[in-house]
Amino acid sequence: MLVVSGGSNVQGPEELREIKEKSGRREETTLKSRLDARPERKPEFTTTSGFQVNRLYTPTDVSDLDYSEDLGYPGQFPYTRGIHPTMYRGRLWTMREFSGFGTAEETNRRFKYLLAEGETGLSVAFDYPTITGYDSDHHFAQGEVGRCGVAVSSLADMETLFGGIPLDKVSTSMTINGPAAMLLAMYIAVAQKQGMAPELLSGTTQNDMLKEFFAQKLCIFPPKPSVKLVVDIIEYCAKKLPKWNPISISGYHIREAGANAVQELAFTLADGLAYVQATVDRGLDVDEFAPRLSFFFAAHNDLFEEVAKFRAARKIWAQFMRERFKARNSRSMWMRMHVQTSGCTLTAQQPANNIIRVAIQALAAVLGGTQSLHTNSFDEALALPSEEAVRIALRTQQIIAHESGASNTIDPLGGSFYLESLTRQMEEEALKYIDRIEAMGGIFQAIEKGFLQKEIANSAYKYQLEIEKKESIIVGLNEYAGDETGKIPLLRVDPHVEDVQLRSLRRLRERRNRDLVTRTLDKLRQAADKDHNLMPHILKCVKAYSTLGEICGVLQEVYGQYQELVMF
Amino acid sequence: MRVERKIRALVAKPGLNSHDRGAKVVARALRDAGMEVIYTGLRQTSEQIVETAMQEDVDVLCLSILSGAHMTLLPRIMNLMKEKDLNDVLVIAGGIVPEEDIPMLKQIGIAEVFGPGTPTDVTVNYVRNNLKRKL
Repeated sequence: MLVVSGGSNVQGPEELREIKEKSGRREETTLKSRLDARPERKPEFTTTSGFQVNRLYTPTDVSDLDYSEDLGYPGQFPYTRGIHPTMYRGRLWTMREFSGFGTAEETNRRFKYLLAEGETGLSVAFDYPTITGYDSDHHFAQGEVGRCGVAVSSLADMETLFGGIPLDKVSTSMTINGPAAMLLAMYIAVAQKQGMAPELLSGTTQNDMLKEFFAQKLCIFPPKPSVKLVVDIIEYCAKKLPKWNPISISGYHIREAGANAVQELAFTLADGLAYVQATVDRGLDVDEFAPRLSFFFAAHNDLFEEVAKFRAARKIWAQFMRERFKARNSRSMWMRMHVQTSGCTLTAQQPANNIIRVAIQALAAVLGGTQSLHTNSFDEALALPSEEAVRIALRTQQIIAHESGASNTIDPLGGSFYLESLTRQMEEEALKYIDRIEAMGGIFQAIEKGFLQKEIANSAYKYQLEIEKKESIIVGLNEYAGDETGKIPLLRVDPHVEDVQLRSLRRLRERRNRDLVTRTLDKLRQAADKDHNLMPHILKCVKAYSTLGEICGVLQEVYGQYQELVMF
Repeated sequence: MRVERKIRALVAKPGLNSHDRGAKVVARALRDAGMEVIYTGLRQTSEQIVETAMQEDVDVLCLSILSGAHMTLLPRIMNLMKEKDLNDVLVIAGGIVPEEDIPMLKQIGIAEVFGPGTPTDVTVNYVRNNLKRKL
């Protein structure tokens, strides 16, 4: 063991001095002659995010670490080692595979397949028109319907999507942001039609608009009204859906857009702090809603850096929640997280190699103490995943869970000189970024100035140049390339999906009660004008079978449309 | 000695696809290679893209698309390019495009399709060597 509680190190000052001296002597003698005879492979070793990595870590690198304050016990502040007292010994993480393509019927079949294969939670991918608030029959939707996810234009599609799936038995995660309120309302309506009380629903709406403005960039309304809607959902769920996570504050897209691990961590936390502030400003007590906030991170290639990131994230969040927001409920201080392996690390070249990458990234997520995990499929640099590829991805998680031993003890890397030193570095660097953002006046100003966009674009370009200069080696891409082993079978989305969806949407528009649609939409407009919580009004609109596009259209009349800050 | 003018490039994102990491990296690489680069930003209609290509009098149009809508959107753009008589603009595409779709895209006038993992200097050199207009 490295350090003991109570602020004193196992190694007393004497012993530390001795280690330091020995290390120094070793550098000058054994090591020097070794290096003279055979230099190291590179003059400098760094993590993926550019932290310098030392040759060796010893107790002197973590001498200022205080076990109780910096690490503590799992389930105890600051939760560095995990949020639950028994972690995976008690219950494994939720294995959740993001899926959705084509029509609601097809995705419904994929959901049932995944549940039969042992998946424990559903995760819905919506198509581009849906996530940008357009109906399948809008001219912007041409060619995009059902391509990258499932098309949902109204409650009718949602009813098909979850047909035959008991919503009180599964938890459902929906990757939806701008139209999160509309899709959540549809989900509630489906549950009610199944005869279920909404209080029983469990799941997550991503509902994190801030990162859209600088990372994923699927925006409908300008930043301020977008965050108003986010807070509407948080408030509504706090009162009506006690088991629902109203938001998943996401670093994943920030990382995928090009950020490094520190930027991912810092920008995500900065977003989180802004949502908590906005909800407190709405008049809610922090402990009323904070226990239901959830987070979403990427797991990139650098195993140790990623584990350090997850640990630092929990610690920083717990501290902010306790100190800045005066949370008293320990659950408000918990950072519960979902992790997805990093899509941008997948190569189109030698795609089978991606199975190994995903396994290492997934291991990082588990060693980092995630609550839920999505493993990417090896064919995703080429297309949406085939059923076979998804099965391997899910099996990867099951192998880690049952064969690797990683789930036998809590925070198995905790106490490693290297990892603890990296966790500390990650924390310090992330806090510096958060300070910079707050010095600019906060996240809205940082977005307006393009600061976050620029930081991410710079990192993305740097990452690309490192690969091109071979400063970073990607196996099968810039080294060991060329031995392609032939084609793998890819999923093709049936091009007739669009026709099928358009026909059913046309039928819906004909058969619904038009007066009711108009009336509920008018009420929504009035509520938006008066700045009321819009959730109850949106629920009425979807139950009247107003379409997603109609609801978003009404809100755009009130809130206006977002104009992107174009830069590269 | 005649001084060559700079190559003018338009990097565009057709459709609703918001993955702009690749587009921005390519835009910057073209700029670092000495070209004048205009980036449209996201969610551009085919009409907007062709209009910008014409207004900005570009030598090359780079279309980035990862949403699977390429077989709908790229032919529409190429038709508009023809209608506007922009036949001397080199058009290339990048993103996630299945191999079996590439012959059709080449047939309609997309000169080359660059997939994931393409080094930026490959794109830069391709543009330099395949312009249809004189500099």
